[in-house]
Amino acid sequence: MFLKYIKNVSTLELNASSCRGCGMCVEVCPHGVFALSRNKAVVVDKDACMECGACMRNCPFEAIRVSAGVGCAAAMINGKLKGTSPDCGCCGTGCC
Amino acid sequence: MGENDKNPSPPHYIVGWHKTLSGVFPVVDTKLTLRDKLFSFLVRLGIKRMGYMVNPGVYAVGKPGGDSPILVTANYKLSFDSLRKHLGALDAWILVLDTKGINVWCAAGKGTFGTEELINKLRAFNIPFLVRHRHLILPQLSASGIAAHEVKRSTGFNVIYGPIRASDIPYFLKNGCKATKEMRRVTFTFMERLVLIPIELIQSWKIVLFALLFQVLLSFPSPDTTFLSLVKNTLPYINAALSGAVLTPLFLPFIPGRSFAFKGGLTGFFTTLFFCLLLDLKGAVLLTHLFLAPSISSYLALNFTGATPFTSPSGVKKEMKFSIPLIIILSVSGIFLSIYNLWRGI
Ligand code: SF4
Ligand code: SF4
Repeated sequence: MFLKYIKNVSTLELNASSCRGCGMCVEVCPHGVFALSRNKAVVVDKDACMECGACMRNCPFEAIRVSAGVGCAAAMINGKLKGTSPDCGCCGTGCC
Repeated sequence: MGENDKNPSPPHYIVGWHKTLSGVFPVVDTKLTLRDKLFSFLVRLGIKRMGYMVNPGVYAVGKPGGDSPILVTANYKLSFDSLRKHLGALDAWILVLDTKGINVWCAAGKGTFGTEELINKLRAFNIPFLVRHRHLILPQLSASGIAAHEVKRSTGFNVIYGPIRASDIPYFLKNGCKATKEMRRVTFTFMERLVLIPIELIQSWKIVLFALLFQVLLSFPSPDTTFLSLVKNTLPYINAALSGAVLTPLFLPFIPGRSFAFKGGLTGFFTTLFFCLLLDLKGAVLLTHLFLAPSISSYLALNFTGATPFTSPSGVKKEMKFSIPLIIILSVSGIFLSIYNLWRGI
């Protein structure tokens, strides 16, 4: 069993018509969100997506969109307080 | 060329120099010494964090040549250590990027372990002249910062994503650079959670100190404050910090709910109830503790989202939307309740 986080929130979108079935997304995703079926990528476990953006960045055909970022409450609170984008304030300290 | 001509005192993990036609490269030790282990222990405790970097560059493992694999990593010492300690009898090159001393996963998220940095370092360190092949092995978790096809387009090098855990690298190399499905899945085991606990505890000290000060302030005006009653009233807050920063992370999969704030609040509520009953705290005092302590543990647990490899920003945003107001309401009510108790002389 692997830990499951909040359901139905991932911003992941796959545009099947641009997909050429190269399989990069299947390879880079650390949560097994994609699988290949008949030479096309399919999303098989969307709720496992942590929005890291690896699939989007490595898709050579720009078939994937996801609003990528780090799922870190401290970073978001910091960002809110300072009025910047999420920032864990740990740069250079190797906290994460 | 002797060692002393290169550098007066190379770091302790450099055990020699490897001479090739393209230059002389430092050879790294594939065994971690006591010193390395002590250092990583201190890093885990939150001490010794700055300056824990490796110089970016090309390092040799064994006696690599033009056909040896190139493994790319971050210049965070712990990332570098976990890679080299698994390379044992291999001959390989290690290319250390400049990620400002941040680990692979975080640096990829921030973009310092990124396409541009990789392309720059390939050029700066003359990698095309170092090897005959055109393959680079990168940790899978760096993929959120690297676009493999862009690296290929501008340098001709094929990026191969290796396994998530460095311990799988020897098998991966033997297997013709193919990772199994398990090697591609991130895990978050009990041990992986355990090593994160010290940092979580250290990060919680401000909140605990504040709660303790508050209790001390509250107790002073009363003539029958004893040392014992003070301890009795502060224990629930130490318990709350431990519930949020230790118990919740450790038993994460077994605590009901998906939201971290909920898990933390739940754990805090039950442990507080248990402690208060044990200490024979009742009525308004019990109620106050049940308001304040779970909001502390809930907040600490919420902060643990940043340390996990499976929480999505959209999910964190969603749970913060309801948990932050709730935490504020609970703690403010708790504070008012304790002032009210004081005024009534409870
Ligand atoms: S990386 Fe893009 S093109 Fe390749 S299989 Fe995935 S979605 Fe399709
Ligand atoms: S964003 Fe990350 S976790 Fe989500 S599908 Fe893409 S690679 Fe997988």
